[in-house]
Amino acid sequence: MNKELAKNFAPGHSACQGCGFPAIVRTILGEATTPIVVANATGCLEVTSTIYPYTAWKVPYIHNAFENAAATISGVERAYKALSKKGKIKKKIKFVAFGGDGGTYDIGLQSLSGALERGHDFLYVVYDNGGYMNTGNQRSSATPYGAGTETTPVGKESFGKMETRKSIMEIVNAHRVPYLAQANVAYLADLKKKAKKALEVEGPSFLAVFSPCTNNWKFPTSQYVRIARLATETNFWPLYEIENGKYNINWATEKPKPVEEFLKTQGRFKHLFSEKNKGVLKEVQKKVDDEWMRLVNLTD
Amino acid sequence: MAIKNNDNRKALTGGAAIAEALRQIGPDVMPVYPITPQTPIIETYAKFVADGEADTEMIEVESEHSAISAAVGASAAGARTVTATSSQGLALMHEILYIASGMRLPILMPVAARALASPINIHGDHSDVMGARDAGWIQLFAENPQEAYDKTIIGMRLAEAAKLPVMVIIDGFNTSHSVENLEMLDGKAVKKFVGEYKAEKSLLDVANPVTFGSFALQDTFFEFKIEQEKAMAEALDQYRKIAKEYAAISGREYSLFEKYATKDADKILVMAGSAAGTTKDAIDELRAKGKKVGLIEIELFRPFPRKELLKALSGAKEIIVMDRAQSIGSNPPFYTEIVSAMHDSKKTGCDIRSFIYGIGGRDLFKSQIIDLVNGKIKGKYLN
Repeated sequence: MNKELAKNFAPGHSACQGCGFPAIVRTILGEATTPIVVANATGCLEVTSTIYPYTAWKVPYIHNAFENAAATISGVERAYKALSKKGKIKKKIKFVAFGGDGGTYDIGLQSLSGALERGHDFLYVVYDNGGYMNTGNQRSSATPYGAGTETTPVGKESFGKMETRKSIMEIVNAHRVPYLAQANVAYLADLKKKAKKALEVEGPSFLAVFSPCTNNWKFPTSQYVRIARLATETNFWPLYEIENGKYNINWATEKPKPVEEFLKTQGRFKHLFSEKNKGVLKEVQKKVDDEWMRLVNLTD
Repeated sequence: MAIKNNDNRKALTGGAAIAEALRQIGPDVMPVYPITPQTPIIETYAKFVADGEADTEMIEVESEHSAISAAVGASAAGARTVTATSSQGLALMHEILYIASGMRLPILMPVAARALASPINIHGDHSDVMGARDAGWIQLFAENPQEAYDKTIIGMRLAEAAKLPVMVIIDGFNTSHSVENLEMLDGKAVKKFVGEYKAEKSLLDVANPVTFGSFALQDTFFEFKIEQEKAMAEALDQYRKIAKEYAAISGREYSLFEKYATKDADKILVMAGSAAGTTKDAIDELRAKGKKVGLIEIELFRPFPRKELLKALSGAKEIIVMDRAQSIGSNPPFYTEIVSAMHDSKKTGCDIRSFIYGIGGRDLFKSQIIDLVNGKIKGKYLN
């Protein structure tokens, strides 16, 4: 593997073929101009990169528990401040926390909110694959409306998840952090730019990165970039940033593809194409359109 | 041996005494979250920082779960780290207690022990710390504000020597909020005693990156846990050595447990915490009437000094074990420990009785202890 690419996160980890997060981790850490310390929530990234006695991490790394990556990095960052003040550390160091959507939207939300409010100098990255993929595909509050999961199975009385996913971007933005952005593993140049900005900020910054899961979304491993691109091309996952409160859309098209183009690539949405679920499919499109309009209005 | 310096005498609550000891230690990082009856510790400390008397980085987190989580981060980053809690707060930390000890992080945590809900109750008992007794933390009990002060300083040294986290336990309200005249050490002496902390591995040593909190499977996990048990066993002698050094600078001697009038005693009471003070008074009164009764006050509960304790109990014909916690559905913790130790040593020919007192802050009176020793208490509760 290209040495430059592997300098922070080595090959030999056990993530699935066709998983997005190795590229996300490498791209983000690759933009750092100072040494980095990483904290990681329990999840796929953690279990596939740290099987003792091996580690894929070539930077200092800590995994504490599922719900506390943000609190953990708070402690590391303040230790840095304390020891710098006493002259025991001279280098400039930056701090990055990685969590999945379960560890961020759900069980880790309080810890994240606390750390954002306290204003620690760190970047928090959620790699969002829309559910608890490490435990075998259960729904999270990031699971899209209509998706079949093991805890929202499709059946006679169910079309999968019946609730709308929550907006983590708006929740984080409510903390008035200086920089946050939504990105996608299929748009690495855009992710790079955003990572650079996020790491340059003094204080908290946040990136929500779209990360397809081949196993539980049920698609061939070769397709992850194509599917991730479709998420943006259909406006299901718009690329945008909020810089000091100002919204900016980074990718748009005159004619977005219908959301069906994205949905039909994945087994988790297969049932939506039955006659019975026509209405649900329509509702998915409506939700995408409404969210997009909301975002467009916010950029004015 | 005793060094008397009356300029260092102060009237302080147990909570304030701990805060003073911490100010003299000067930790690098202190994540804090309020809970009664621990709060006076962190409030007093916050004022020290506000007045420029301490330069600790305090992190005012949003829960006890985050307090211990941030403490793990700070300690793994090589900072001397302290936090404090009580009751529901300690219960909320439970998951991370095992992570802190599993990573071998020398975090110091004073605990103002308090009952656990429900019904909710803010007063002292040992339910919270007993619930954490198997979490891999050293547990050190203090009887009064003087001991709270001393054991905070000893506890910091012990944590860093053993590479294990330490709880210094005081009784909620009975000790945390009671004012006593106590003797502090000179600030410089405390600094010298605890020394500079240098972590063996640190997240901030970016030239030598380390992974903390690995994923260990069936082939390696067991050995990690065996190592932890070894470290805990070694902490017993480390504590004795550190306590001896502390005695040399303070004149106050601490041991694995305190023996009070046990030499020729055929009845020995066993307990920990603030009730030992009342019990010592009761023993004085009983002794004056010719009763051969004594007390063993447990100081170090984890690691549990089985061998040493048995030796101290060897002359007793009757052992009365006093627990300030229950193990609902079984026998209470101290009693179970002592019975198990006695079984190991095959000590026989002595009665051992179990009593539960002080749950949810219920007072324990001298008269009750006298009645107990005189065989006048029916049942197991001193309620």
